[in-house]
Amino acid sequence: MQASDRFNINSQLEHLQAKYVGTGHADLNRFEWAVNIQRDSYASYIGHYPILAYFAVAENESIGRERYNFMQKMLLPCGLPPDREDD
Amino acid sequence: MDPEIAKTQEERKRIEQELASLTKITFDTDLYGGSDRDGYVTSIPVNEDEEPEPDNEVARKLASYTAPKSLLKEIPRGGDDEDAGFKRPSKIIDREDDYRRRRLNRVISPERHDAFASGEKTPDASVRTYADVMREEALKREKEDTLRAIAKKKKEEEEAAKEGGGAAGSAPAAAAAPKRRNRWDQSQDNENAAAAAKKAKTGSDWDLPDATPGIGRWDATPTPGRIGDATPSVGRRNRWDETPTPGRLADSDATPAGAVTPGATPAGVTWDATPKGLVTPTPKRQRSRWDETPATMGSATPMAGATPAAAYTPGVTPVGASDLATPTPGAINLRGAITPEQYNLLRWERDIEERNRPLTDEELDAMFPQEGYKILEPPASYVPIRTPARKLLATPTPLGTPLYAIPEENRGQQFDVPKEAPGGLPFMKPEDYQYFGALLNEEEEEELSPEEQKERKIMKLLLKVKNGTPPQRKTALRQLTDKAREFGAGPLFNRILPLLMQPTLEDQERHLLVKVIDRILYKLDELVRPYVHKILVVIEPLLIDEDYYARVEGREIISNLSKAAGLATMIAAMRPDIDNIDEYVRNTTARAFSVVASALGIPALLPFLKAVCQSKKSWQARHTGIKIVQQIAILIGCAVLPHLRSLVEIIEHGLNDENQKVRTITALSLAALAEAAAPYGIESFDSVLKPLWKGIRSHRGKVLAAFLKAIGFIIPLMDALYASYYTKEVMFILIREFQSPDEEMKKIVLKVVKQCVSTEGVEADYIRSDILPEFFRNFWVRRMALDRRNYKQLVDTTVEIANKVGVKDIVGRIVEDLKDESEPYRRMVMETIEKVVSNLGASDIDARLEELLIDGILYAFQEQTSDDANVMLNGFGAVVNSLGQRVKPYLPQICGTIKWRLNNKSAKVRQQAADLISRIAVVMKQCHEEQLMGHLGVVLYEYLGEEYPEVLGSILGALKAIVNVIGMTKMTPPIKDLLPRLTPILKNRHEKVQENCIDLVGRIADRGAEFVPAREWMRICFELLEMLKAHKKGIRRATVNTFGYIAKAIGPQDVLATLLNNLKVQERQNRVCTTVAIAIVAETCSPFTVLPALMNEYRVPELNVQNGVLKSLSFLFEYIGEMGKDYIYAVTPLLEDALMDRDLVHRQTAASAVKHMALGVAGLGCEDALVHLLNYVWPNIFETSPHVINAVMEAIEGMRVALGAAVVLNYCLQGLFHPARKVREVYWKIYNSLYIGSQDALVAAYPILEDEHNNVYSRPELMMFV
Repeated sequence: MQASDRFNINSQLEHLQAKYVGTGHADLNRFEWAVNIQRDSYASYIGHYPILAYFAVAENESIGRERYNFMQKMLLPCGLPPDREDD
Repeated sequence: MDPEIAKTQEERKRIEQELASLTKITFDTDLYGGSDRDGYVTSIPVNEDEEPEPDNEVARKLASYTAPKSLLKEIPRGGDDEDAGFKRPSKIIDREDDYRRRRLNRVISPERHDAFASGEKTPDASVRTYADVMREEALKREKEDTLRAIAKKKKEEEEAAKEGGGAAGSAPAAAAAPKRRNRWDQSQDNENAAAAAKKAKTGSDWDLPDATPGIGRWDATPTPGRIGDATPSVGRRNRWDETPTPGRLADSDATPAGAVTPGATPAGVTWDATPKGLVTPTPKRQRSRWDETPATMGSATPMAGATPAAAYTPGVTPVGASDLATPTPGAINLRGAITPEQYNLLRWERDIEERNRPLTDEELDAMFPQEGYKILEPPASYVPIRTPARKLLATPTPLGTPLYAIPEENRGQQFDVPKEAPGGLPFMKPEDYQYFGALLNEEEEEELSPEEQKERKIMKLLLKVKNGTPPQRKTALRQLTDKAREFGAGPLFNRILPLLMQPTLEDQERHLLVKVIDRILYKLDELVRPYVHKILVVIEPLLIDEDYYARVEGREIISNLSKAAGLATMIAAMRPDIDNIDEYVRNTTARAFSVVASALGIPALLPFLKAVCQSKKSWQARHTGIKIVQQIAILIGCAVLPHLRSLVEIIEHGLNDENQKVRTITALSLAALAEAAAPYGIESFDSVLKPLWKGIRSHRGKVLAAFLKAIGFIIPLMDALYASYYTKEVMFILIREFQSPDEEMKKIVLKVVKQCVSTEGVEADYIRSDILPEFFRNFWVRRMALDRRNYKQLVDTTVEIANKVGVKDIVGRIVEDLKDESEPYRRMVMETIEKVVSNLGASDIDARLEELLIDGILYAFQEQTSDDANVMLNGFGAVVNSLGQRVKPYLPQICGTIKWRLNNKSAKVRQQAADLISRIAVVMKQCHEEQLMGHLGVVLYEYLGEEYPEVLGSILGALKAIVNVIGMTKMTPPIKDLLPRLTPILKNRHEKVQENCIDLVGRIADRGAEFVPAREWMRICFELLEMLKAHKKGIRRATVNTFGYIAKAIGPQDVLATLLNNLKVQERQNRVCTTVAIAIVAETCSPFTVLPALMNEYRVPELNVQNGVLKSLSFLFEYIGEMGKDYIYAVTPLLEDALMDRDLVHRQTAASAVKHMALGVAGLGCEDALVHLLNYVWPNIFETSPHVINAVMEAIEGMRVALGAAVVLNYCLQGLFHPARKVREVYWKIYNSLYIGSQDALVAAYPILEDEHNNVYSRPELMMFV
């Protein structure tokens, strides 16, 4: 970043963005991004009742069970993080 | 050979130049008009902060068309208020009163023992522990008591002596002698006390000089020559003719006791700064030193070395003075503080020396006639003065210029320019030498010990923070913060804190130093413990500073300090100050404690507070403890509620304290608590009700005032029933105190009456019968109108009473006073009537009162001589408006007055008359006095030639009010006559005139455009263009609106032509306003009337015009919103072109047009065009200019709204994992704003990721299908 843009609105914009959990940055790897995607997806499924109901029908589970499952999956949605190659 | 080389070189240069001109960027002069592009702004700010703006009635009515706020408020920078935001740097001491200046009397105490750090160990004897400090405090208190006792005894003795002396008949001599001796005695006492203190303290001599408080007071600022007077001549030799020394200081040498010299130091300040000076009478005093060189004297005689007085007070000793007259670089007074006063004294002294220097032979020759005089030989015994100091002063002067000499060049001399500091340090002010002088000694750094090096480093950094440029300051501050623990708390605070006590400190410097403390506090954390008291000494004064921000800063520091040091240390550090003998110290300590309480929580401090408030030892401790509670209430407001009961319990016994001051502060604290808790918490005050109400019967004066104040704040918390009972209980005392001559009491009584009356349980009848008669008899007198605060309080209280008892009682009582002969009193009456009537209406007022009222108001209005606050005008307006139709009978009379006053010689009177018309126009209409208004209209019209702009503005305002009320058709003079008269007035540059005029013209354009020929409107259009750049936002807004009205009235073509031409002008502000006006015309007259001409204008190959067109398009699409869907295809080619232009501003403006377009047509089926435009916008994401990139990002945001997040995500995906970091950064930024904007919508559009060995990236749920 140049010295001149350190104080302009755009840097503030990035600061603002960085406050949200799901946002990314240039050094994000595939795994981290995928985790965000998965969690967002589960949150979205749980948030939309019709979708939840649809999944319940498809999986032949109760809606509450589906919701519980999704919430559980949000913990480690993609499994353990892969070992870093660089260190 | 040589010419050959030169030739080759020249050849090469020529070729290079040719190449350069080929590769250089050349601009197409056809396209850019060959104009100077430097004058252009390469990017335009898009969003600026908004400022809240008071709505004005007329503007709101007119505001059917709007322009973006960022434009309307964009103000061209004027020259006149450029420095409005910058205060000249000011010294803190200059604005302080005597009380606040007492901060300089405090001593920065040495560090104290940190019980936490040393654990179980017994503290070293050399360390000051809590016990030591407490002992010293006790000693000080005892000493003060003793001194007071001595003084008292002396006084008694003196009185006795006077009585006795009068009887004996030798009164004057007898009275003078003991008086003089008194002083001696006193100082000797002090000496003794100091010695005693020294013995008691074992090895800690830091406050010895301070132990002589009497001295500073009785001989505070010695001027040269005064010392001698103060000392009685005890058989001294008369030596003054021997050496005529400057300043007659010889005499001080003859003083019998050595104690005099230290006594001559200006009050304690300097002593405190460098506590090294030990007062020791020197044994060698008898030797005459007057022929010695003063330079050597400083070091040769132990006296000068031992007493800092010699260096500190150059005014006293000639030594310092001559020393400083020719300062040598190294010796620039590193010894002591030099206050500005001393500097002035020095300068003055030097000047006097110059004038009084002995005349030379040449001068004498020139003065006296040649004959008749004889030059005598000097006597053999005469020895000329050889004092080098005097030689230095005696500058040889050429003949004829007795008072001025061209000085000889002296390269070693410093003049007034401070020596340049080595190593890029910022410049030092003379006062700084004392603290930073060591930095000037350019010794080898390597030779210094590590400790000294550290000190030097700290000093350098501090100097940079204090006097450096902002970048210097910033890095220095960062270094200080980062290395705080490395430097250590001791060296840091030992350097910083004395600086804060510097008498010449400026606001800005203090702010910076306080900031340093704040930062290092955070880093040092528990290491600050030994220094807590030191820090408090310099920070506490900030708590009572008159500057709000200083107070806040002080609170912040103390709060951080208490978090770093912990409650125990804070209490240990501040406990000794709680019963300090100095009220100033106690006051600031109480405030500091309240900050500690709010930082660490009140419950933590409660036990300590309880103990302090019950202290048996001294009333000062109780007083301070209770004051802490008061300060807590003031500081944290309603947050006291959870602890209210315990706080009240802690202080309640103070109401019955034996000391009057404690009783007073207790009542005041209760008042503060009740005020903070309002409207809750009455149950916590149950226990104090009885003592309070009992107290008001037994107390008088100040205590009573405090008690009443507490009652006044407690009553509003009560239930109606209790409030009524307790009010009746207190009321007879209040009524008794109505007659009190004490101003403070009056104010408190008024306030309490107001508080009592406004509570629910107090009935109107009771007030009417019991309070009103006395109230009016005592308070409604002329004297009350003279003091501003009394005046305000009385008006407020009366209005509050009126709210209870109604208009009639109050107005009926004071209406007669409208004809009082005192004008301030009339004004007070008028203000009260205005407030009462506008609160409660005039329905209570009967016919008789109405008559009296109008009569009185007319009288008061006509008799006024000065009315800056418009009290009379407002009162008149309020009464007339609330009476409504009932004023009809009086209107002719009122209008007569107005007409007469419109013709008055004084501009102020004319202005007021015109203002009155605009206030009562609505009522006149209600009374169906249209004929009268028409008449007034004609009169006003005749006065349009008014030359005072303020008056002219008011006249225009009055005309506007009349036009608004009676309408365009009935207006006299007719609109077609009125408007041409207004056109030239539009040229007037005065803001008030402009605003009223443009409002009037706008109103006519809106409602009665057809009465005026189109040509007149065109003329007005031209005038209006100028007004688009007015300073005031209201004017610009009204102008833009008026454009809309005019365009609607006469059709857009002509107006548009004018505006488009205006795009070619150079001035940016003007162009910006024009683009707004174009957009407004487009909105008023439908876009299709404007767009063709506008787009055609884009073909003009001129940067300004094209940008103006793009900007207009941007505004246009902003205003027309969804209407844009019909035009989007028409302007797409133009935007394509603009988005591909080489000029940045083109792309920026086009991007913002695209944004508005996209937002306007979201969901209206224009996706194809938008995707097309997005393809043109997208390549601009790598722009770096802030405004451009901002516009581009916003355009993409607009696209997200219009096209959906999925589309934009697909654009994004290509770069999120791009190999180049710069690219990834930009793409992630876009992704992030996309994510924040529509996180949920992205779920469906995320790409399918393949699973990797252990990790599941796929989302199987989305594959489900029923």
